[in-house]
Amino acid sequence: MATIKEISKREDLLSGGHRLCAGCGASIAVRQVLLGANAPVVVGSATGCLEVSTTPFPFTAWKTPFIHNAFENAAATISGVEAAYQALKRKGKIKKDIKFVAFGGDGGTYDIGLQSLSGAMERGHDMVYVCYDNGAYMNTGIQRSGATPFGAATTTSPAGKVRAGKPQQRKDLTQIMAAHNIPYVAQASVSHWKDLIEKSEKAFAAEGPAFINVLAPCPRGWRIKSDETVEIAKLAVQTGFWPLYEVEDGEWKLNFKPKELKPLVDFLKPQGRFAHLFKPGNEHLLEEYQGQINKNWAQLKKRCGVE
Amino acid sequence: MAKVATKPKAPAKKTKAKAITVAMTGNAGCALAMKQINPDVVAAYPITPQTTIVEEFATYVANGVVDTEYVNVESEHSAMSACIGASAAGARVMTTTSSQGLALMWEELSIASAMRLPIVMHNVNRTLSGPINIHCDHSDSMGARDMGWVQMFGETAQEAYDNTIIAVRIAEHEKVLLPVMIMHDGFITSHAIDRFDVLEDDVVKEFVGEYEPKQALLNVDDPKTFGPFAMPAYYFEQRRQLRAALDGAKDIVLKVSKEYGKLTGRSYGLFEEYRLDDAHIAVVVMGSTAGTAKYVVDQARAKGMKVGMLKVRLFRPFPSAEIAEALSHLKAVAVMDRADSIGALGGPVYMEVKAALYNSKKRPHVQGYVYGLGGRDTGPDQIETVFDDLKKVARGVESPREQVTFLGVKE
Repeated sequence: MATIKEISKREDLLSGGHRLCAGCGASIAVRQVLLGANAPVVVGSATGCLEVSTTPFPFTAWKTPFIHNAFENAAATISGVEAAYQALKRKGKIKKDIKFVAFGGDGGTYDIGLQSLSGAMERGHDMVYVCYDNGAYMNTGIQRSGATPFGAATTTSPAGKVRAGKPQQRKDLTQIMAAHNIPYVAQASVSHWKDLIEKSEKAFAAEGPAFINVLAPCPRGWRIKSDETVEIAKLAVQTGFWPLYEVEDGEWKLNFKPKELKPLVDFLKPQGRFAHLFKPGNEHLLEEYQGQINKNWAQLKKRCGVE
Repeated sequence: MAKVATKPKAPAKKTKAKAITVAMTGNAGCALAMKQINPDVVAAYPITPQTTIVEEFATYVANGVVDTEYVNVESEHSAMSACIGASAAGARVMTTTSSQGLALMWEELSIASAMRLPIVMHNVNRTLSGPINIHCDHSDSMGARDMGWVQMFGETAQEAYDNTIIAVRIAEHEKVLLPVMIMHDGFITSHAIDRFDVLEDDVVKEFVGEYEPKQALLNVDDPKTFGPFAMPAYYFEQRRQLRAALDGAKDIVLKVSKEYGKLTGRSYGLFEEYRLDDAHIAVVVMGSTAGTAKYVVDQARAKGMKVGMLKVRLFRPFPSAEIAEALSHLKAVAVMDRADSIGALGGPVYMEVKAALYNSKKRPHVQGYVYGLGGRDTGPDQIETVFDDLKKVARGVESPREQVTFLGVKE
């Protein structure tokens, strides 16, 4: 793994001056992932905040080749780019070693892009797919997705008189990707930069497809201040809401093992999207929520062989 | 008897390339042409009646006779998505589809043309669901007619083969740089064994040449952003440029087809005129029905009737002025559409032809027919009915029909 000194010398491939919000987790995730590439890299992006904010014609924030196609097909698009690379390299038309990465938000990955992602991973393209998970369709104004956590209020799952935000648990996409038996799958957070860059290095080094799911808080959607992004992401990890782990050639490894998890409410309380859960009468929801986290944590520890 | 419209006029007397006569299906011919083109990337998904193309091509891949990276995608949406990625990357890219597959690609079709990517795709014509039906009509490709693609229809297996090779040169021409969709009729042309001539591999290789893109995503030393976000200040100009490029493709279709004609002796124009010069009445058709129409024309001519046919080859860009000119001397014309434009005046070809003629000083009466939907068999009797109708209109015995007529349907 590269040292921080080495990493600090690498060029930032996403320039400043892009139009993402202050405190956006997505741009942090992208910059950290690209620091791990350490080679010429072609970037693809699904439609979403990242794409819209980095490519307002005639400007681009990308210092590396970039392609946006549509919402649900970042994986298929980059799989095509990689196929072209394999063909042209075989014919001697391309000499350099090039890496490939597709970025998608949770809407473009968990929901509308899941088929495209699954297909590309199954086909074994030498590419990395990174989901920046901010838990809703933030680009279009905070609508609920398959990644929206239980109880979160969004514009399509608002908290009202009879509903307390999203009634369902979120989909566990990282485990779905692990079930594809690809060389490398990991879950990471923008709060743990060293862990994320190391995972990115492993993902790019893997021969074949790799997937990283990065928790990337959205101050607008989570109803937090823009300087709280990293702090809230850290609490997600410390409470077990977002465990850091990796599956390398089928071996499950827990990357962050606190002696004791912080209570989930530490993560929920600072966020406006969960405010209704703290109203009198909703105590049972918080209890149910903590129960879900405990169960998921226990299952993950078992998979990772941790007592 | 058959005469090719507009330029190029007559086939070259001496053909340069050796012709190899084969007996195979239209789809096998298309797969053979793909093998000879040897594209860098093929990303495709199986769907009836196109499937035998991807199967045949997979066999070429399995036997190592092509260098192609063959991407077995999980849907047609991903097929076109991967083609877009591969083409933007700088590769020569082909795919094939039909019907629901083309419909699933719909979102991607306009992105491919907007990015100016020279992807070549067969669409083996099959009707759209529902009800679900696997047989031929042109409703699938008609749904894509405003997507900025060049669209060429073939009548026979020979044309399906030839168009595949010609399409590569049209798509990649620097004045075009647009995706090309080549059609032939599902089952009728795709699955029937036909006798036709093919070229030797090296001849095709030389004709299509090497693809050298000016902009490529894989040129990491000169990074470019593909598919940016264009708001109202820029979007309109982009679409205007796309229109100009597609309009300009007409000349390139003629130019490349002429060059191919010199090589093979088979010349293609924007459309084919069949015994049209001295005709009084004529039908306009596309696809395999042209063969049946030629037979009916010959039968009628034997009885002394002055009838003819015009077969549209290039549907997008639509050669309006040339078709208006070719039809202007007629008394009455019937346009036969193998697709309906539900809720509109009539079928898509009918509306194009009628609109093309509207500003002509000399213009025939035009009436529209919809036939053969969902693979309903279209025999000579239906076309004879059409000529009978036209005769009555031409003689003033019957008033011109304003409403579209449905042929061979149980009312």
